[in-house]
Parts: sequence; C-alpha cells; structure tokens
Amino acid sequence: MKQQQYLYKEDNLIDSEPNKFKTKELKSEEMIINLGPQHPSTHGVLRLEVLSDGEIIKDVVPHIGYLHRCFEKHAESLPYNQVIPFVDRMDYVAAMNSEHAYAMGVERMLGITEQIPKRVEYIRVLMAEINRIASHLIAVGTYGLDLGAFTPFFWIMRDREHILRLLEWASGARMLYNYIWIGGLFYDLPVGFEQRCREFITYFKPKVGELEKLLINNKIFIDRTANVGVLPLNLAINNGITGPMLRGSGLRFDLRRVDGYSVYPELVFEIPIGEGKMGQVGDCWDRTWVRVKEIYESLRIMEQCLDKLEGEYKRTREFDPQAIVPKKIRPKAQELYVRAENPKGELGFYFRADGRSDVPFRCKARACSFVNLSVLPEISRGVLIADLIAILGSIDIVLGEVDR
Amino acid sequence: MSVKREDLLALIRQITSEEVVEIPNSTPYGIIVKKEILLSVCDQLHKNSAFYFDMLSCVTGVDNGPEAGTMEVIYHLYSIPFNHSLALKVILPRENPEVESVASIWKSANWLEREVYDMFGISFKNHPDLRRILMPADWKGYPLRKDYKHEEYYRGVKIEY
Repeated sequence: MKQQQYLYKEDNLIDSEPNKFKTKELKSEEMIINLGPQHPSTHGVLRLEVLSDGEIIKDVVPHIGYLHRCFEKHAESLPYNQVIPFVDRMDYVAAMNSEHAYAMGVERMLGITEQIPKRVEYIRVLMAEINRIASHLIAVGTYGLDLGAFTPFFWIMRDREHILRLLEWASGARMLYNYIWIGGLFYDLPVGFEQRCREFITYFKPKVGELEKLLINNKIFIDRTANVGVLPLNLAINNGITGPMLRGSGLRFDLRRVDGYSVYPELVFEIPIGEGKMGQVGDCWDRTWVRVKEIYESLRIMEQCLDKLEGEYKRTREFDPQAIVPKKIRPKAQELYVRAENPKGELGFYFRADGRSDVPFRCKARACSFVNLSVLPEISRGVLIADLIAILGSIDIVLGEVDR
Repeated sequence: MSVKREDLLALIRQITSEEVVEIPNSTPYGIIVKKEILLSVCDQLHKNSAFYFDMLSCVTGVDNGPEAGTMEVIYHLYSIPFNHSLALKVILPRENPEVESVASIWKSANWLEREVYDMFGISFKNHPDLRRILMPADWKGYPLRKDYKHEEYYRGVKIEY
C-alpha cells in the first residue's frame, strides 16, 4: 500500500494553531512576530506569538502542545508501576525527582510509606539531589547560551557528563531511569558508588565556583539580567509560581522543608532566596543565582546522604531494595494529591483510585513548568525583544513537562 | 496539613444554608460545593484572614463515564502562611458542563482551566481567554472523556494507533 503523505496546505497551520491576534485588527505601528516552534532560545518546541511595537513588546501569547504525548491518557490505561517510564519522560532532565514524587504518591495510597527501609529512602534522596544538580546545570548553562555566553555551556556539559555516568552506572540509563520503584528501588547501589560520588563532589565543588565567576558575576551577564523581568512576590503567589522562581522573588518556601517528606527532615540544608544583590528582588539574575546556590545545598545533602549510606544504613548482603515492592498494586478507593519539590517547582500528582482495578481511574500531573510558563505574558509586557529571551530562559522550562 | 474542619464548615454555613458534603477518603481534606456558590466560596477562602488560601495549586477535571453521567472539577488550594491545604469539588452534568471561572481570584486558574476545557470540554464562564491549549484548535472531541474515540484520519493521514 502506498503510504499517504501529509497533505500540505497553507491554511493547515492557521487552522490548527491560529494566532490570537488578527492582522486586520492591529494598529498601524503594531506587528506580530512569530518566535519558534523551531528556535534554539525557546528550549524546545514552544511558539511565542509576540505583538510588538518596534522593539517594545506589547503582548506575548505562548502556544504550547507541540510535544503533547498524552501522559494522562496513557496513565489511565496502565497499572501504577508501568506509569513510571512515562513519568520519566515528563521532565526529562530531572527524571529521578519526578519518579520520587510519583512513587511517594502511590505508596501513600497503599499506606506503605512507613515500611520503606531507610536505606532506600536515603538512596532515593541521593539520586534526586544528583539529578537536581544536573537540572540546575542545564538551566544555568543554557541560559548563558541564550544570552550569548558560549563557554559556560561546554563547562556545564562536561560536568553534567559525570553525573549522567554516575546515574547510568546505578540505573542503566543516562536520562530516563525507571530506577525508583513503588515500594523500593530497581537495584541497590553498585559497589563503590559512594566513593565515586565523593570523588565527584570533591571535583565538582570548585567547578561551581568557576561557573559562578565566569557567568553569574560576569559584567555582561549582570547587565543583561539585573532589573529585567522583575516578578513581584504577590504576583508570583497569585500565579501559582513555585520552585526557584518563587524563591528568587524572595520567599523562603521549599517543599522539602515545608512538607518534610522522605528523609529531608533529618538533613541539614539552607534555602537560598533572591536578595536583589544586583538589582531588584525577583529579577532574572536573582532566579539564576538561587539556582547556583541550590547546587551547593544539593552537594551538602549528598554528602550527608553518603555519610548515612556508608555508616548507619550500610550495604549488607541481605538487603533487598525490592523487598516490599508490592506484587499487585490495588489501592483502596480514594483521592489523593501529592506534591514534591522538583528542580523547577512543585510537581503534583492527583490520583483517583476506584478500589476495583489496578489502573488509576484518573491520574493528573500538575507540572511546574506549565504553571511557571503561564506568568510569561505578565512579566514581559513593555520589555525589549532581547529581554524576552532573557526572561524566558530564566523561567527554566522543559517542554516535555509543559506539554506532558 | 489539612485545614481545620469546624472553621471551614462555619464559613460555608455563612454562604449557604444547605448541608455540606465531604469528599470521602480525600487527602487533603475536601468538600463538595454546589457550582452556583463556588465563586463566592473561593472568594471567601481567598480573602478571609483565617484561611487565606493564596495559592491555587491544581485544577483537575474528572469524567465519571457515561453511566454515572457526571463530571467533576477539583480545585486544590494551598495557604502559604498557614501551611494548610484543601480540596474543593464541583459536580457537573455530562451534558453542557459549565462552571464559573475562578481566574478572577487566582491567575494560575487561567491556564489550568484552559487545560480542563481542552481535555474535557467543561466550559468556564467569564474566563479571560478560553481556547484549546494542548490540542490543536481544530481537534474534534475531548480526549480525556471516558467515551472518547479517536479519529481514523487527521488531514488525510491514517492514524495507526
């Protein structure tokens, strides 16, 4: 059978993703500029419809959904444990964190949260923090790339490679792990992992300092980001912004501290907030600075986890990380909303179980990038087009999570 | 942490005289509100200094299927200063589901409600910008409804799966 080709018609795009503003209704000085969906500074497939008056932006309309992979529809037709690979593919630069949130939600529904061995919890937190560093490195490095700083991107990619190899060693995959299972882990840590992790921390700590010197405290970088895209705190809260963006606006709010899930209450770490050192509180520079400071805090948490994993909860021959992984996952009829601190903000899962089947009746993901992106029109009215790229980069979106 | 039940029920009683129904087995604690009073309840929960729900975390649509004949919209609220959360549920008929938009209270409702509209066809009255968000604008049907059947062809191309 002859394969039928996609019928190209000029109106196809206009029908499927029409502009919000009509050309006929514009004033004489206004024009519509289309940014994306294939543009490197949009971090994926995001289309921005920009209404501009010369260089000044009057309005921005984000068009999303180009990477929509029907996560929620898939989740409604698969057993709980088989959804985890789909969860990985939502925020693909921080898959461990998403897995952690998802597994935690299902465990709460089953009521086995208390039975999870401490060693499993510490390994989970260790993995999540390594991945948080990788995600923040991508955020800071590609942000530099957007603003014309090329070198930091190569530096962060070099350092991120070490993280990916560590995670590959543990789980077998570089980015999409399926490592954290409901009730346990895929496998225990490989022998020698703790030591390699410590070597990485020793190697990596000065590198963050170098990154800070090269990019964050760079005069050109400060000129491009300070006082740009200021997000006031009340607007941020009203818009549901979470994560480093909310902390950049000056609120000390971190779900790891507020909810105290997993073993985070036992760990010591600071929550950095934006202080307006280079400009106003809540500008693009503050958000980036908060991310860099969080890398240091994640390293601190990793060290504490490694201490526990080598001391109190040492590897033993009898330890089985899959010991309480349930064979059949059938939660009682209930509704549950669970949330966890992802590198980009609050990742929430809403579950509805009907008590009769192994598949969720409804599984909704509250994606942090999706909600964070929705504030873009609010903070980019009246700025220059070059600043729009700076603001978009500082939001740190991953389109896989925006579109799910 | 869930909100204090007695205080919440007292607040709802000021708005309506009807009996308050709780959501069974819900985490966090939640109540079912009539769609007529949703906007005034949300407005009170947002403004009242004893609750101060300043953040709307999540808006979820649920389709209970053609047999049940109902749809639900669930709002997850969170208060940063008090550190308590609450779920509000509205039950709608499956034919022409319509509910008042809360985007005038929380701006985050704008995109979250657009997503519910896109996936379930629940329309939100007085929403500032109710368009499809994830699916193409010319998509037929609402994909997350339980009786949704996908189209055989899209623009002349056969859909294999």
